[in-house]
Amino acid sequence: MSAVATSPTHSQPDSDNFLIYSKGFLSWALTLDHKRIGLMYLVAVMASFFVAGILALVLRTELLTPTEWFLTPQQYNQVFTLHGAIMVFLFVIPSVPAALGNFLVPVMLGAKDVAFPRLNLSSFYLWVGGAIFFLTALLYTGLDTGWTFYTPYSTTTRGPVVAATMGVFILGFSSIFTGLNFIVTINTMRPPGMTWFKMPLFLWATYATSIIQVLATPVLGITMLLLAAENILHIGIFDPKYNGDPVTYQHFFWFYSHPAVYIMILPGMGVISELMSVHSHKSIFGYRFIAYSSIAIALFSFLVWGHHMFTSGMANVASLIFSALTFCVSIPSAIKVFNWLATMYKGTVQLNTPMCYALTFIFLFTIGGLTGLWLGALSTDRPLHDTYFVVSHFHYVMVGGSLVGFLGGIFHWWPKMTGRMFNDLWGRVSCLFVLIGFNLTFLPQFVLGSRGMPRRYAHYVPEFQELHQLSTFGSYVLGAGLFIALGVLIHSLMRGKQAPPNPWGGATLEWQCSSPPPFYNFSHPPTVNEPYNYLPLQYHGEELGWEYVHPSHTAAPSIHPAPTKS
Amino acid sequence: MLPIDLPMLLADKHATFWFPPAASTFAKDVDWLYMVILYISIFFFVLVVAAMVLFAIKYRRRPGYVGDSRPLHNNALEITWTVIPSLIVCWIFVEGVNGYMDMMTPPVDTIDINVTARQWDWSFQYPNGAISDQLHIPNNRAILLNMRSEDVLHAFYVPAFRAKSDVVPGRVTTMWFQPILEGEFDLFCAEYCGDLHSDMIKRHGVVVHDQAGYDAWLADAAKPPVNAVAHGFWLYQRMGCKSCHSTVEGTRIVGPSFAKSYDQTLRTAKGADVKFDQQYIRQSILEPQAEVREGYQNASQMPSFQGKLNEDQLSALTAFLVAMKDDAFIQAVADGDLSQADKESLGLTDAAGADAAGADAASDTGKSAEEPLEKPADEVPTEPASESSESPPAPKT
Amino acid sequence: MANDTATLDPAHAHGEHADGHGAHAHMPFQAHHFDDPEQQFDAGKLGMWIFLVTEVLFFSGMFCAYALYRSLHPEVWTFASQFLNEMLGAFNTGVLLFSSLTMAWGVRCAQLRQRTGLVICLAITLGCAAMFLGIKAVEYTHKWDMGLLPAGFYESQYLPGAHHTGLSSWLVRLCIIPGVLTVGFALWYLVTLIKGQKRHSEIAGPMLVTGLCFFLGAYLGIVIQSFEESSHGTISHDSHVAAGVDAGGHSDEPASRSPGDPLPEEIDQAGGAGLFFSIYYCMTGVHAIHILGGMVVLTWLLVRATKDQFNEQYFGPVDYVGLYWHLVDLIWIYLFPLLYLIK
Repeated sequence: MSAVATSPTHSQPDSDNFLIYSKGFLSWALTLDHKRIGLMYLVAVMASFFVAGILALVLRTELLTPTEWFLTPQQYNQVFTLHGAIMVFLFVIPSVPAALGNFLVPVMLGAKDVAFPRLNLSSFYLWVGGAIFFLTALLYTGLDTGWTFYTPYSTTTRGPVVAATMGVFILGFSSIFTGLNFIVTINTMRPPGMTWFKMPLFLWATYATSIIQVLATPVLGITMLLLAAENILHIGIFDPKYNGDPVTYQHFFWFYSHPAVYIMILPGMGVISELMSVHSHKSIFGYRFIAYSSIAIALFSFLVWGHHMFTSGMANVASLIFSALTFCVSIPSAIKVFNWLATMYKGTVQLNTPMCYALTFIFLFTIGGLTGLWLGALSTDRPLHDTYFVVSHFHYVMVGGSLVGFLGGIFHWWPKMTGRMFNDLWGRVSCLFVLIGFNLTFLPQFVLGSRGMPRRYAHYVPEFQELHQLSTFGSYVLGAGLFIALGVLIHSLMRGKQAPPNPWGGATLEWQCSSPPPFYNFSHPPTVNEPYNYLPLQYHGEELGWEYVHPSHTAAPSIHPAPTKS
Repeated sequence: MLPIDLPMLLADKHATFWFPPAASTFAKDVDWLYMVILYISIFFFVLVVAAMVLFAIKYRRRPGYVGDSRPLHNNALEITWTVIPSLIVCWIFVEGVNGYMDMMTPPVDTIDINVTARQWDWSFQYPNGAISDQLHIPNNRAILLNMRSEDVLHAFYVPAFRAKSDVVPGRVTTMWFQPILEGEFDLFCAEYCGDLHSDMIKRHGVVVHDQAGYDAWLADAAKPPVNAVAHGFWLYQRMGCKSCHSTVEGTRIVGPSFAKSYDQTLRTAKGADVKFDQQYIRQSILEPQAEVREGYQNASQMPSFQGKLNEDQLSALTAFLVAMKDDAFIQAVADGDLSQADKESLGLTDAAGADAAGADAASDTGKSAEEPLEKPADEVPTEPASESSESPPAPKT
Repeated sequence: MANDTATLDPAHAHGEHADGHGAHAHMPFQAHHFDDPEQQFDAGKLGMWIFLVTEVLFFSGMFCAYALYRSLHPEVWTFASQFLNEMLGAFNTGVLLFSSLTMAWGVRCAQLRQRTGLVICLAITLGCAAMFLGIKAVEYTHKWDMGLLPAGFYESQYLPGAHHTGLSSWLVRLCIIPGVLTVGFALWYLVTLIKGQKRHSEIAGPMLVTGLCFFLGAYLGIVIQSFEESSHGTISHDSHVAAGVDAGGHSDEPASRSPGDPLPEEIDQAGGAGLFFSIYYCMTGVHAIHILGGMVVLTWLLVRATKDQFNEQYFGPVDYVGLYWHLVDLIWIYLFPLLYLIK
């Protein structure tokens, strides 16, 4: 358990800073630096999130009244399709892995870059290409299949299904390349001393995510290809007209899309593991349990796709097996929640913005996870399937989990990425708005669902109006919270104070390089220490943040003498 | 979790805060399991949040407090919070399977009803051949639905019965339930099925009668009107036409309105002019894509009714469409129904006879009505007659 | 698919990034962010293996569809696979197996720094790939002429006039692009010979051979096909039409048909044999796209091989492409019996 003696800021000139070491549009557009690619992803996914979020507010506003208000049913269908498709394929799937992951994986690992920097850049441009296909679908006649593209509707509708499926196909490759890159990077580029069990839990989560990306996404690729062929060549595999079967499509689709749910949530869990430990200034409780549970979730995630089809007419035995496996996957998630809580025990909890988001994550994710019990149980799932209960459940997991985890991660690593501090008070205000607004939006939807409100309805029966209105007002509060968060980040870019290398007292490797990091992250292979050992860190005030002190000056159980900088 | 009492909710005495009325034998078990999971979840949620808040306050960073950052580990604790949730979910799984197997295993003695789902309507066919667009069933009898879809995926969902099953094209899916409450319940389509998915809400789409009421209804429903125009309207309501074609002039649902269409000259999507005559009606029902009207080529495609309607039914629908050029008739069906009073005033009662009697009745209407109706009234009598003479050659084309 | 290996391009090592990091003596081919050549090789190899896993999963979707529909309609599969020409399939299998051999030999050459050997091996591999595509073009166009198309366009084989003889107009159209390319390569080769650009002619020569191999494959395909039809006579699809029409008394009729089985007329329609051909075109079509992709990467290797960039320490790209090429062969080795050899 050795420590790096001095902060690298003092030895590195500012021009090494990855943000400014080279200038001009092309130096960004053609960059091979994982940090720049990560930032480009960050801007791109946030722009997608902005678009899809506005669409969500439009939907909620239309749902203020049970009858048609300002959207025709056709327009409503197009808007919810775009909201879902953009959120899932353009935002949630790449949010944490591609944006934060690209920035953090090599730095946390102590590597200079990912294994295949060009593949990394091409993955970003594939994302852009896929996004353009989606925009084409938007500007053309409007896609109205829902993000799931269920056949045979998607093979009979006149919407631009082929363009959209090709968009998904391309985005799939982007996702595969990112996952492949991370697996290879983590496997082969760990510096000396970085053993598997010295890796930060974010890396474990990313590794598990990458496994899913690599193993599940190709199946989505072939499914989309077959769907496009169904539309162009009428191959009939999914079309009852030619003895094909629409339920086969559902199996194909969910074989990817259920694991994809874990592509969305696992990195969020990884972020929370980091945040809980750093901001509690306390070594993580049950490191190995959390690490193994990530891998367990990744493996189980491939075996539960059938729970999306309990009402589709699967064989009873299949339903039983899928239900049992679904319950299995809930256990590792529960373990993580308990371990995060235990991490706070006897720590030193700093209730700053990232920590507030982390606690919000636990609050919302617990609800999201628990409501999965109703949907996993076969008899309660049948009335609840395809109702607002399901809508609310997956928003608790995808927004309450992934999005809040993403925001927490952004606030946590913002000083590292940009070299600027943000206004902590307003950050916490945004978190409060998100917490209140989110619950106000989605708690009523559980009740709507158990009362029988089906999803994807532009019109509904008047009994549901009060709860829908409550939900809509909640969504405005949530939207306001997210706007405040955006404002805080933009303000920080313009007026933020210079960030120290280690503002929060993190012990993982990314806090050892300057904020923002230099081009190649580490001028020498960094010395690897325990990722959650906070003993050698000392606080030197806001300006300087936390610094490693020579182990002999502390009570740290140091075995090796600290290496000195050559 | 939400202690809001909503007045709308209490309107129905059987509904609770969480659930719609418990109107089938499944409802009690499903609701019970729902509430048990709710209490378990509230317990764990409160536990988690209480611990979170407690730790966040007790161990907050503050002057004079020094926390311990060294790692803690406790295998006993880890195993405890792995094993206890595992046992609980095992129990939930078993309970869920029990309820599910009940839902999947129909009893021997059921009333079998065929369900056809189409964009965006349901039709129900009863053992005696009756067809309706509402599901009428007797109380306390097991009902078995054999469901087929004509186009895309749908899902038959009656919240009050806690019963839902997808309707998959190319397959026959079955589901069963046994109602325990008399009354009218909402029927929803729960699987997204296109443009008017949310109009597949059938308000009071399921009617549970007592046995006598059901028998009476069933006997009545099996007899379509004898009068051709009334029969046509009867079919219009039951065969799914009304979900896309309005009877109000100039109103477009998905397809064009039927009002005042007959005898018009239309422009097709291909740019040709075509007369809306009996041959066009016949063709449009059997081969809907052959001559699509201009402006409707991007609407959802109408399915073909080839093989679903016999010649008598085609003739009846034609008679109905012909009658749709008459203002009095349009007004009579504007409320979505052709009441006995309407039939009498228009002379469309079965008592008036099936054949030439329609002519007399229609001319009666003409006499009693105002001047402008004189002209259509003259034509109406000729239609049923000419229709019966014209329809036989039609099959040859 | 070229991308994973592309990162190992030595050009990257000479990039603009100078960060005072000159302590290590980098090999010219070593990318800057790797510590040593072994790490670079291991990373590339692992990346390639993972990529191959995704490829297998990609195809597995279609194998699942195949298994599902074959188990549901075994009689359709037996019926429809008779329209596939086993001779052509077997010949193509041989061609691909031989190309795998030359590919493996090429890897060996790269490891031993035998520049000429590597160029020859790559050229033969490319030629085999083109020959495979030529034969595939004959097979495809013959089926298109017969109306053996995906479900939505399937034409019943019992309708009169479904058969077509003579040179397929589809085949002529398919040959346009390879034809233009071949003529272009030939001109380029001539120019390099005249100008005496040795390295360029080493690229243009193999490319010309590749183009010619496509036409050789197409020619062989036509020959084999007509040989099949003339020698067996009854095995051509006409006999099945006849056999089906005279209700199964014929010796070529699948003997296994029991009274409960559907009639050939019921199988011979869009929802029956049409579905088989949907799956046939999807599987072989996606495989053919992979062959095309492989040819692009092989060409890239050829260019680098002529520059003598591979040696004992740096042969990663050849190795990775070899892995990919073997996988593409392997998939065909599964496709051939699953589609052609159903009895």
